[in-house]
Amino acid sequence: MSDDDLRKDLSKHGPGKDEFEYLRETLRGAIAPLREFEKGTDLRRDLWPDMLRRLAQAPPIRVPWFDWALLGVAGAAAIFFPALIPVLLYQL
Amino acid sequence: MELLERFAAGDLDAFESLFRQYQREVYRWVMRIVRDPAAAEDLTVETFWRVHRAHAQFHADGNFAAWLRRIAINLALDHLRRARPLLELPEQIAAEEKPDAVVRQETRNKISRAFAELPPRLRVVVQLGLIEDESYQEIAESLGITPVAVKLRMFRGVRMLRTKLEKQGVRP
Repeated sequence: MSDDDLRKDLSKHGPGKDEFEYLRETLRGAIAPLREFEKGTDLRRDLWPDMLRRLAQAPPIRVPWFDWALLGVAGAAAIFFPALIPVLLYQL
Repeated sequence: MELLERFAAGDLDAFESLFRQYQREVYRWVMRIVRDPAAAEDLTVETFWRVHRAHAQFHADGNFAAWLRRIAINLALDHLRRARPLLELPEQIAAEEKPDAVVRQETRNKISRAFAELPPRLRVVVQLGLIEDESYQEIAESLGITPVAVKLRMFRGVRMLRTKLEKQGVRP
């Protein structure tokens, strides 16, 4: 962002010129621009091996709670009302 | 069959070619937002994993780079939302302390804290505009929003930052 553009905008609605300069300098005093950081934003290693590991991880199988509830009901019915088993098998 | 067509059909070799072609670019987009090399690497891999998972939804005549960028930027912003605000920036990212620097350590910590407390979508704009010195247009392209939206977020971010700094006793 050019200093002029930003200064013009901020002078209308935000802090004045001095305050804007102060905020910019203050921020840069605390947080360095990435380009000044030794490694910058450059990737220093190939991430393909990590990608292969990620691809190899099987996604977790998530069973919805109502499926578990249905299974519980069917199990309880089979235990307490064994006569229902042939009926259920017939329905299958 | 072209590379993108093969990718859309689920060809792993095509995916690898695209990965190798774009991994540095994705890392750069993400790093500019999260400013943490380890997190940026993880998010780069996560971006491509999502891309791979959704390969069937991609049309070979579509803009792959734009799609990739949208996924990467959203993941980076989600990361900022989830991450606890950093009270102190990683050592290598914080500005080097100079003996003659006007801003002393205590003030630097207050500024870092106030900055980290900004909502992520405002923080990113202030960071790219004021710290990285990017234009409204560049920020808009990076975040996939309009320059007007960038300008509004910049105003809100600067105003909020100023208020937070004043509350901490940091005044011009």
